[in-house]
Amino acid sequence: MKDLGSETFLRFDNVKKSYDQKNLVVKGFDMDVKEGEFITLLGPSGSGKTTVLMMLAGFESVTSGDIAIGGKSINRTAPNKRNIGMVFQNYALFPHMTVAENLAYPLSVRKMPKAEIKERVAQYLALVELSEFGDRRPGQLSGGQKQRVALARAMIFQPSLILMDEPLGALDKNLREQMQFEITRLHKQIGFTVIYVTHDQTEALSMSDRIAVFNDGVVQQCAPPSELYERPVNAFVADFIGENNFVAGQVTQIKDGIAQVKTDAGLIAARAAEGLADGAACRVSIRPEKLFIHPTDHAHDNALTVTFNTRIYVGDFIRYYFKMPDGTDIIVKVLNDLSAPEFGDGAQAQLLSLTHDCTAFPAG
Amino acid sequence: MASMTQNLAPEDARNAAREVRKRRLQAFFFVVPLLVFLIFAFVAPIATMLYRSVHNPTVANLIPQTLAALEDWSGEGVPDDAVLIQFAADMKRMANDRTSGQLADEINRALPGMSSVTKSTARALRRVDDAEIAANGAAMLLEANARWGEAATWRAIRDAGPIYSSSYYLTSVDLERDRDGNIVQRDTQIYVQLYTKTLKMALIITGLTIVLGYPLAFFMAHASSSLANFLMVFVLLPFWTSLLVRTTAWIALLQTGGVVNSTLQWFGIIDDPLQLLYNEFSTILAMTHILLPFMVLPLYAVMRGIDSSYMRAAISMGSTPLGAWSKIYLPMSLPGLSAGALLVFIISIGYYITPALVGGTDGQMISNIIAFHMQVSNNWELAAALGSLLLVLILVLYWLFDRFVGTDNLKLG
Ligand SMILES: Nc1ncnc2c1ncn2[C@@H]1O[C@H](COP(=O)(O)OP(=O)(O)O)[C@@H](O)[C@H]1O
Ligand SMILES: [Mg+2]
Repeated sequence: MKDLGSETFLRFDNVKKSYDQKNLVVKGFDMDVKEGEFITLLGPSGSGKTTVLMMLAGFESVTSGDIAIGGKSINRTAPNKRNIGMVFQNYALFPHMTVAENLAYPLSVRKMPKAEIKERVAQYLALVELSEFGDRRPGQLSGGQKQRVALARAMIFQPSLILMDEPLGALDKNLREQMQFEITRLHKQIGFTVIYVTHDQTEALSMSDRIAVFNDGVVQQCAPPSELYERPVNAFVADFIGENNFVAGQVTQIKDGIAQVKTDAGLIAARAAEGLADGAACRVSIRPEKLFIHPTDHAHDNALTVTFNTRIYVGDFIRYYFKMPDGTDIIVKVLNDLSAPEFGDGAQAQLLSLTHDCTAFPAG
Repeated sequence: MASMTQNLAPEDARNAAREVRKRRLQAFFFVVPLLVFLIFAFVAPIATMLYRSVHNPTVANLIPQTLAALEDWSGEGVPDDAVLIQFAADMKRMANDRTSGQLADEINRALPGMSSVTKSTARALRRVDDAEIAANGAAMLLEANARWGEAATWRAIRDAGPIYSSSYYLTSVDLERDRDGNIVQRDTQIYVQLYTKTLKMALIITGLTIVLGYPLAFFMAHASSSLANFLMVFVLLPFWTSLLVRTTAWIALLQTGGVVNSTLQWFGIIDDPLQLLYNEFSTILAMTHILLPFMVLPLYAVMRGIDSSYMRAAISMGSTPLGAWSKIYLPMSLPGLSAGALLVFIISIGYYITPALVGGTDGQMISNIIAFHMQVSNNWELAAALGSLLLVLILVLYWLFDRFVGTDNLKLG
């Protein structure tokens, strides 16, 4: 993961932050970002994502460690000299200026000639498809339009790095998807580097090149979306990203990275996560869509015997709730087609899975 | 479907109209106490004041017949004996009614010194027989005091006669009518100067509260809420202590033997005590202190609503903090600033108690002279005229403010 090559554009080196001189809010944050990458900081609220962003932007001091852009430390650079574009959750569009004046602001601060400013503003308004709206005030725009103005304003002075702190948090679901697409398009088209903060994992999964999962001031895992989803390194990531079932059990054997786990509902062969010890208690994670209900023609390695509890009709798929012998729930997602089975109350069922879809983590 | 929702059935329309009427009636009942209060506490007194500023029936009520007789007088020389006799008769009646003092006051206003003349004449005529007056009144009047033989005296009486007059407004802008009815400058110029000084002091006080209040409000709005609440106590403290106590405290501080002077003397910075009290300086100082909360509170309320992300956005785009403040923060805090400035300015223009206590002669403002005319010189009409002018001045300033800043740019919280 650590790429020390010349490609590294932005580097966090053991960055720590404390607001109150007692507790660390960010506890040793390391990350290397390549030019043009789309990096997302994903984590629950209060995990320190905004703090990292603010340190990068220069609005919070770094308690210890170093942040470097292009190999040069920026710890002591004033925030207005960092040339970093920012998009805020509340958009922070200046209410007393028109959209065009908002876009012109960073350019006029840079003393760009008037004619050039006008041209550039028109170009960026067109880029976010708001050419007609230059004379409006932010108050007269819809949420999605404001968001696009905020984006254009962060890009217009062509910073190499753009920070976005939950930029879509205030939008409704449809608009959010549209804007995700929009941001991805602009990122591909223009090629700036993005550090994106969100607590919405679907957003993170669908947009990012890499995601750093944050918890409690520590990066749990930093990896591309598919790797994060398929091969979480610990139980927090497995739980936080997507939906997961956790089956408690005991490791009976570990061989070639495959653990044999004995559970109440049957034996499971699972990939062994780091730190898993032979004979120790463990939790096996299996995604609801990777479980199949017997009978099925899917290949399988493991089978669990459980009792049917209830099923919930969602639309495009059906969620089945089963009970493990110890009473915990186990969920299965089945496509809503003819194969979706019916069960009577308390009926027994067999849940099948593949070894490489199961991961065994140390318990606790 | 669409046509059904657009065209209400008559029955439904009636129901809807009844609903609306009921709402309006309810709303009206909610504002009735306010309306009653406004009429009694605001509309009525101001209307009375405006009326009084042009209405003075005193002289017309006291000597109606003399005034009628004076109508034919040319204005030069002594009026006919008939007029003088009529006036002597009126004087006797007033002396017995004990109303001659009122007339004395009224004449004295136009011609200083006439008060005692009028009173002594009235005393002299009190016991004289009616027949005697009818026969000999003119001579007795001239005998009582030579000034009854002067045209100026009679002009003053005639000019005080009309029930409605604009003379108080003229006086309140230092003008008067000369003998031919032309408007000319008065010899003594008091009021225009006083209005100007009042405006100047109000401007200085507003400026000072901005200089002191803006940074304070800014700091409070961006401090943690516990610190902000703590500071808010200090801002509000002046509200919780009596105005008199605070003003007296300034007296204790500033007087010749007061804290400031003794401290400066003790340190040897000055040899003789400075005159800090009873002048413009002390008035401005004390009023700035008293009016500061009116600046800080609206500013604070508006600044609290300005998210820190605006400044941060501006700075991240390359603006210096000072540039971001002037281009972004200042315009965004302007509603609070103008509300505070307007509040402080208007309150200080009409301020009375502080200049009265610490102002001396130098620090008097227009309200003090209005109070003087109400309480000491008993010239309610002039007081009302001065007050009405003050009201007009404030309305004009408000109009100007609306023109240049806009009242929708006003926010009290
Ligand atoms: N300015 C600040 N002063 C003190 N504590 C802060 C400040 N900003 C954030 N914190 C604390 O730091 C922690 C992380 O906050 P933040 O970085 O905003 O998290 P996130 O953006 O992931 O929700 C939280 O516990 C928050 O209370
Ligand atoms: Mg945050």
